[in-house]
Amino acid sequence: MSRYIIRRLLQAIPLLFFVSIILFVLMGQMGDPIATMGGRRVTRPADRERLTRQLGLDQPGYMQYLYWLVGNDWRQIDLDGDGVPDTTGTRRGILRGDFGMSLMKRGQSAWEVIWDRVPNTLLLMVTSEVVIIIFALLIGVFSALRQYSLADHVITAVSFIGYSTPIFFFALLSIYIFSVNFKRWGLPSLPAVGMFDPQVGRTPGQVALHMILPVATITFVSIAAYSRYIRSTMLEVLNEDYIRTARAKGLRNRYILFVHALKNAALPIVTLIGLDLALLLGGALVTERIFAWPGMGRLFLDHMQRFDTPVVMGILILLSVTVIVFQIITDLTYALLDPRIRYD
Amino acid sequence: MATVDTPITLATGADALAPPLTFRQMAWRRFRRHRMAMAGAVILILLFVYAFGGGLIFTAERANFTDTSARLQGPSAAHPFGTDTVGRDVLARTIQGGRISLMIGLMAAVLEIVIGVVVGAVAGYYGGVVDSLLMRLTEAMLIIPSLFLLIVAARLVGGSVTWIIIIFALTSWMYVARIVRAEFLSLKENEFILAARSIGTPTSQIIFRHILPNSMAPIVVSATLAVATAILSEAYISFLGMGVQPPTATWGNMLDGSYNYIESAPWLWIFPGLLILLTVLSINFVGDGLRDALDPRSRNV
Repeated sequence: MSRYIIRRLLQAIPLLFFVSIILFVLMGQMGDPIATMGGRRVTRPADRERLTRQLGLDQPGYMQYLYWLVGNDWRQIDLDGDGVPDTTGTRRGILRGDFGMSLMKRGQSAWEVIWDRVPNTLLLMVTSEVVIIIFALLIGVFSALRQYSLADHVITAVSFIGYSTPIFFFALLSIYIFSVNFKRWGLPSLPAVGMFDPQVGRTPGQVALHMILPVATITFVSIAAYSRYIRSTMLEVLNEDYIRTARAKGLRNRYILFVHALKNAALPIVTLIGLDLALLLGGALVTERIFAWPGMGRLFLDHMQRFDTPVVMGILILLSVTVIVFQIITDLTYALLDPRIRYD
Repeated sequence: MATVDTPITLATGADALAPPLTFRQMAWRRFRRHRMAMAGAVILILLFVYAFGGGLIFTAERANFTDTSARLQGPSAAHPFGTDTVGRDVLARTIQGGRISLMIGLMAAVLEIVIGVVVGAVAGYYGGVVDSLLMRLTEAMLIIPSLFLLIVAARLVGGSVTWIIIIFALTSWMYVARIVRAEFLSLKENEFILAARSIGTPTSQIIFRHILPNSMAPIVVSATLAVATAILSEAYISFLGMGVQPPTATWGNMLDGSYNYIESAPWLWIFPGLLILLTVLSINFVGDGLRDALDPRSRNV
């Protein structure tokens, strides 16, 4: 097992190189960060030249990538433009944890800017995952047990619609119903914007209240898809011999369902969750935008607009690493849960 | 010894002289049985009529006709779907936008399938170094969350329809490539490929004439679903303001900024949103039906 883990981790390294090169090439073509650094004023030609040298944009592409990767403190660079490289570089490169300085937020490193938002996104994502697993299991088992009943048909229809709903449409609809119209009808309405009410402050209760609609939005599509999956695997498992044996032994029905059957039926969902993380992150992007949730998705969009390459690049790399790590964890969990699988 | 005078009774509907059904006929029969898929197909046809037929009456000029005295008006007889922030008719814009959205969906799916098939076929057929290089590229592309990648790419190339189609294809061919590669890996070991090779059939013909037609079923299914994905992606990035730029209407960019009017002008987002939902839903149904119909293992006609 440990050999398998080491092999997977070693394979992840060239993969991340591939990812970073793809992203770096895309980023390099994107736009003029210097033009946006000046804000409203037009950057003076002299400043432009100086900034170009400071940011290393005068270097050829592969050198820029190298600087970004391992830094430039091992090299003399020409900062004042007199043709003589005489200043030692200060960048340490992403491999040594230096994401570069943010271009939009002066004086802050990209890592600080990103790290500021990570807890908020994490809160949203972890809660969503938990909600997805619980509801998908409940709904899936329920409709498997009542196969072809009215409730099953209704759930099938709703999940097909749910699976096809654009996330933003669900978000807008839920805001329209639960925030706007509930207020209009005098019912207790749900807040639709931000993480907490500024007048109350950032209390756990406020944050939880503000999370209801965003979490519902992120999870809706996934619950619809996974509950269908659980339903079909559950139906398959319930026909297996060992379930009949358990019944014949006289075990209680509930025990059979939730211990014997569900354990095997829920296995494939582990893979699904691991592989769909990238998809879920995309959903979070839209959700954070609509609900003004101060997370990484919104940070990405804001800094994307201004060509803040270090921050955008940092977010993308961070997300890619997360996805890879999650995939490895998924495979390992699967192996732990399913004794038929051996990684040797 | 059978008596000659008693006629042989056949099952009802069966014709003793009918030739055995071809695969395509069987698939069509199975598809027709799939009620939701048929409903989806009908709705899809209606949506195409709505967008392309309606476009003859509600021309692009009419969709872009601004009347600032009639801004943000609710649905009425003159404007069944209301008007938007600069007084354009939302109905006309959903029709014109539908043309663009459906076209983006179709074209992106075709292009995506072409790229995916070529990459998958080359990787699966040749194997070795080519295979592992292409598959590493595929994995790398799959690891970057696709919506983020799309936004970066869209920011890069600007908001013209052609470029949007191209970047959709370039960021979504990976699933098709994987499916096709898997098909090729198993199919190329068959005897008929060995036979073709031994009589000196050129490689390109082996790939496209002999192997590809045999792996058509999963490709058709993923092509169908790719249309839905492309329409959704267009909606997402346009919603975030990075897609096709106005004044060209698409279902997606009609939604851009509409969340400022959630309360005051819900018709701005309800109609395009519902149209996207309906399109994606019916494509998913059709895809589901095709998956069942084209599965050669299911013989229940």
